[in-house]
Amino acid sequence: MATDPLTGGLAPTNEAATPPSADFEVALESLNQWQLAWRRFKRHRMALVGTVTFGFMIVLAIVGPIIWPYNPLGVRSDLPGSQGFSPAQMFPFGSDGAGRSVWVLVANGARLSILIGLSTMFISVTIGTVVGVIAGYFGGRLDGFLMRLVDLFLSIPFLFVVLVAARFFGGGELLPLIIIFGVLFWPGLARLVRALFLTLREQEFVLAARAVGVGDMRIAFRHILPNAMGPIVVTATLTVAQAILTEAFVSYLNFGLKAQDISWGNALADAQSRMSVGNWWWPFFPGIFIALTVIAINFMGDGLRDALDPRSRE
Amino acid sequence: MTVSAVAPSPQSTVSDSGYLLEVRDLRTYFKVMDGIVKAVDGVSFAIKPGETLGVVGESGCGKSVTALSIMRLHDTPPTWIPTTKITDMPPDVTAAMGDAGPSQILFRGRDMLTLSNEEVRHLRGNDIAMIFQEPMSSLNPVFTIGDQISEAVVLHKKLSRKAAMERAIESLSAVGINNPERRVKQYPHEMSGGMRQRVMIAMALSCDPQLIIADEPTTALDVTIQAQILELIRKVQDDTGAALMLITHDLGVVAETVQNVVVMYAGRVVESGTVDEVLLSPKHPYTEGLLTSMPSRGMRGQRLNVIKGTVPNPFNMPKGCNFTPRCPYAFGPCREYDPRIEDANPPDVACWLWTPAPGSPVPPRTRTQRPERQPS
Repeated sequence: MATDPLTGGLAPTNEAATPPSADFEVALESLNQWQLAWRRFKRHRMALVGTVTFGFMIVLAIVGPIIWPYNPLGVRSDLPGSQGFSPAQMFPFGSDGAGRSVWVLVANGARLSILIGLSTMFISVTIGTVVGVIAGYFGGRLDGFLMRLVDLFLSIPFLFVVLVAARFFGGGELLPLIIIFGVLFWPGLARLVRALFLTLREQEFVLAARAVGVGDMRIAFRHILPNAMGPIVVTATLTVAQAILTEAFVSYLNFGLKAQDISWGNALADAQSRMSVGNWWWPFFPGIFIALTVIAINFMGDGLRDALDPRSRE
Repeated sequence: MTVSAVAPSPQSTVSDSGYLLEVRDLRTYFKVMDGIVKAVDGVSFAIKPGETLGVVGESGCGKSVTALSIMRLHDTPPTWIPTTKITDMPPDVTAAMGDAGPSQILFRGRDMLTLSNEEVRHLRGNDIAMIFQEPMSSLNPVFTIGDQISEAVVLHKKLSRKAAMERAIESLSAVGINNPERRVKQYPHEMSGGMRQRVMIAMALSCDPQLIIADEPTTALDVTIQAQILELIRKVQDDTGAALMLITHDLGVVAETVQNVVVMYAGRVVESGTVDEVLLSPKHPYTEGLLTSMPSRGMRGQRLNVIKGTVPNPFNMPKGCNFTPRCPYAFGPCREYDPRIEDANPPDVACWLWTPAPGSPVPPRTRTQRPERQPS
């Protein structure tokens, strides 16, 4: 009877399998789920473009304020009127009515906007995951309570709460704004994680882990959670985009960061309040950076969704 | 570890009596929307150290539920097993239990059902290991084989990760996997079904359990691999001296592997005995039906005998013996009285053909005589 180590066949006592098995040894490389996902992600061209763009934004957020520091006093005084310099007159993006370079505003704004996006994501993903895991794995009354809490969060008008909370607790500061966003963004993810856990906890491997004597917390967070990582990562990515947008929007309405803080949203708000015909570059450049970042993140999320979906085996 | 939860005297005599596992009057009921399902309804059996017990029956007769109950892997609610500890059983479940006493699952004399969750966790994987039916889905897809085997070892034997990995490699080579040093770094999706079942067996072995519960370990495998896996299970059982509870619906597997057999039907044990007694001279009509519905050599061209009908609806169990609607020999008392193996005489078959029924003091069958089949 022929032996082939790859078919899970016979005991190793059989020495017959020699040259072909040696070839197989070379051909076999062990890829874990992340390596497989990266393979598929690389094939998704738009996702790669998105990743590069978002990477550029992050680099800009880190080094931009260092290379082009914002100095409210160091502005050009030879203003050609209240419109400021056009991009043709002042490289690269022109200036606003006070003579501040729009590029410097954009480069400095990247830091706060992206910081808000990422921090919000961390807070909301942490809360949402923990709540979803507990509700989905343990079920019962705790699940009922947590899901009613989620319903409560999702049933109150989001905009209204953001604006009121930002006005009452924000005070134009960064940290309260991040916390408000984080606390408001988690319920959707909690629902998603719970739903994933409801199916995953019925899987055989969970029963097998319990039969080996693994405790509940370890099963929930170490055994099941890694299986749910795909959708969580996708949601986390999209949350960054959503938080950046919301910040821009809240700051635009002057409910967000105080005017001295430079974020993309504040730059927009500033432009809008002193908008006149012709000075399109004031709002255009901060706006296009917001749009680019959000689109880039959404492409990334798309690519991740395809790459991490276990059903889309190549 | 404290043993305060265990009532001292009866249990210790049981472990002195030489049984590793003794299941007494196990009742596992599910409370579902439509009512109560008596998945296991008064099952008793025992296994001695090193012994092999086969549990046989059709799908849905409570074999797997029995195994999961032994491991305490059911959630309460919706699953209810009467014990001295449970006080909050819903009234409809209590009513369905009737006047039955508490169930007991004595492992080394201690009642699994009254141990704390913590104590049960120490036994699971360490002293009692389980091999599941579906090797394809019983391994976690995101961890390597080595991680999964060594987890139990780290958990129970308090070894370092490195030592545990050594042990994982050892147990992989014990189950006949080539090149275990490389295999431990692989993921389940890189292995075939037969190999994964070997990995499951290696996992079960890794902590030297005293009892291995194998729940249809060969059902999901193709026939050539089945024989190898059975051979392997037999071999590791010989090597380690563990007791084996083998759940299967395949009588061929039973004949080859086990010493004693328990035949289950609709949540009850209907017949028990040594493998020779049960397979060569079956007493219960159900066992007989199972045996005659196996194709065998010399039957070419003949119609295969089948057991008519299906396992009864759990919400609508027939009056009297559960097997009556499908039984070719059913007569008077079968439709009136429920035969229990505890009250049976001879003690190893729950059937009014053998036990004197109320109102029919002379059973139709004795050990020397069997009646004609009634025309159907």
